[in-house]
Amino acid sequence: MKLAMTTALAGAMTLSASAAFAQDEEKIDVGMILPYVGVYASLGEEIDQGFMLALEEAGMTDRFNIIREDTEASPQVGVAATRKLILEDEVDVLTGLVSSGVLGAVRDFVDQSQTPLIVSNAGNDEATGEDCSPYITRVSFSNAQVNRPMGQWLYDQGMRTVYTLAPDYAAGQQHIGAFVEAFEEAGGEVVGQDYTPFGQTQDFGPYLTTAQAADPDAIFVFYAGSEAINFVKQYDSFGIKEETPLYGSGFLTSQLYLEAEGPAAVGVVTSLHYVPTLDTPENKAFVEAFQAAADRLPSEYAVQGYDAGRSLVEAVKAGATDRESIKEALREVSYTGPRGPLEIDPATNNIVQNVYIYDIVEGENGLTQELIDTVEAVRDEPNGCELE
Amino acid sequence: MTFWIVQALNGLQLSMLLFLLSIGLTVIFGLMHFVNLAHGALYTLGAYAAVSAVAATGTYWGGFVFAPLAVAMAGVVLYTGLIRRMRKAGPMSQVLVTFGLIFVFLDLMRITWGDLALSIAEPTLFTGRSELLGVAYPTYRLFIIGLGLAVMLGLWVLLSRTQIGAMIRAGVDNDQMAACLGINVERLFFIVFCIGCALAGLAGAVAAPVLSVTPDMGTQILIPTLIVVVIGGLGSLKGAIAGSLMVGFIQTFGAVLAPQLASVSIYALLAAVLIFRPAGLFPAKA
Repeated sequence: MKLAMTTALAGAMTLSASAAFAQDEEKIDVGMILPYVGVYASLGEEIDQGFMLALEEAGMTDRFNIIREDTEASPQVGVAATRKLILEDEVDVLTGLVSSGVLGAVRDFVDQSQTPLIVSNAGNDEATGEDCSPYITRVSFSNAQVNRPMGQWLYDQGMRTVYTLAPDYAAGQQHIGAFVEAFEEAGGEVVGQDYTPFGQTQDFGPYLTTAQAADPDAIFVFYAGSEAINFVKQYDSFGIKEETPLYGSGFLTSQLYLEAEGPAAVGVVTSLHYVPTLDTPENKAFVEAFQAAADRLPSEYAVQGYDAGRSLVEAVKAGATDRESIKEALREVSYTGPRGPLEIDPATNNIVQNVYIYDIVEGENGLTQELIDTVEAVRDEPNGCELE
Repeated sequence: MTFWIVQALNGLQLSMLLFLLSIGLTVIFGLMHFVNLAHGALYTLGAYAAVSAVAATGTYWGGFVFAPLAVAMAGVVLYTGLIRRMRKAGPMSQVLVTFGLIFVFLDLMRITWGDLALSIAEPTLFTGRSELLGVAYPTYRLFIIGLGLAVMLGLWVLLSRTQIGAMIRAGVDNDQMAACLGINVERLFFIVFCIGCALAGLAGAVAAPVLSVTPDMGTQILIPTLIVVVIGGLGSLKGAIAGSLMVGFIQTFGAVLAPQLASVSIYALLAAVLIFRPAGLFPAKA
């Protein structure tokens, strides 16, 4: 009896020792938290594909053990998924998060459990501002980052008055707020603003008519998803395009929505951290690889997924193996990727990157993005973030 | 002045879209006391059917004709497979079943057509803008207004001037008495249900060039449609017309005059109607 017990115990110890050995030496457990169902499912898919592409490109798919959890874009589900990955799966690093609401909900738990998190979309300013954490690194963008450069740029184009429109929720206000601040600083004037009920507005007719009546030099908007498609098409059908140019945050004319928007999108000028038509060897290689894998052009979401994967690869190449060392190594990451040179700002853990101003033109194979201007190395102010 | 005319046309256009959706719902509701929450999903199905038909035929009118037929067919399947069995089950079970159907449809459409928003172009006949009352207004939106008015007129003739219309009115007013008089109320319901489905499909096809086609477009419009039905009063054409005009105009002018209250205003209207006229403005039953 006693012998049997000892043998069993020894066996169990050997087992757990070998499991621990496998975990330390071979694989890094990555918890991927993305929406795979619901309104953001297509974004989750793009990010996932981009991420896997980065691992394949580095030839390191075997180094990582990916555990996927679905957030369903709901904060409650997101928190449960994150807890499971951190406590049960004991992952070494987390990545993902499309919705800012989910990021806000999991932020404290991630920070307290000291698990590094590479954010691959969620752009709320606080995440790398007043609510920043040394464990949260963002390789996507911040809402203010993509819009601030447009303020001065629009003024330089001779626009003196604008009318702004956005959905009435936190991101809408941050996108527009950052632009308005920069535009007014440059000397421009905002002659009117409307925030439309988020997720309930399908017909922008009343708002477009009001904006037109204010007679601004330009209209500046932030819309994404089906709202972006509705807005661009209706802006065109009311004939406002012939009188007042449309500018906006680049999600408005993202590669994902371009086909549905059709010719209505031609001439719309927006700013974003990535366009698939960038003429650099890094981007060309990326576009080719993504097209081979997914049979379509990559959107900014695919690149964000790629850079989440790539920064993790860079961190591991630099010798990181566990939560603490990955967290430290992520802050040192810097390379030139598909979207140009990028690095992590040590003051906020947010990405420092180029912002591209582009318009939509009729190309050989349908609509395409034409680069007009590049604002280099856009960096956010710490905005209340104190790391260390 | 131009501004207000354009806004009034905006209100009218939204009202017509709501009318196409609510008339089917309200008559089904009034005739058989059946709550079909999946009505919005049928509208989405209509929009997707239109997208596919436009892709196949190369013309908008292909979708315009195909979508109502396809959705009416879906209605036949729904009726024989599910709704007929639920007829005696009581309102709570009916609400639960049709509520469940919303999610079934949502995922079916996501699987079939994907998550990315789709879209179709306006018919070439109605592109650009036209002059009306001294303002330039998108021609396609004028077409929606015209179509809504035509459907209104057609239904009015059907309900008040034909035999089947008289039977439907009798069924709404008192279904047991109508059955005693030899009217096959169940078959009547089936016909009305299919027409209601076809109109929802038509609304989807008409909305597709203006709005992007997404799996959740039906859930977004379901609530305004239910509000129209409740405000107007169950089962009546007059109620559906009055309700959709009120909701369309309040939503439009609310957005213009008090944008902060835009999302609250139609609920305030709903609450006011429920307090002062609990049966709606023009209930079919006296």
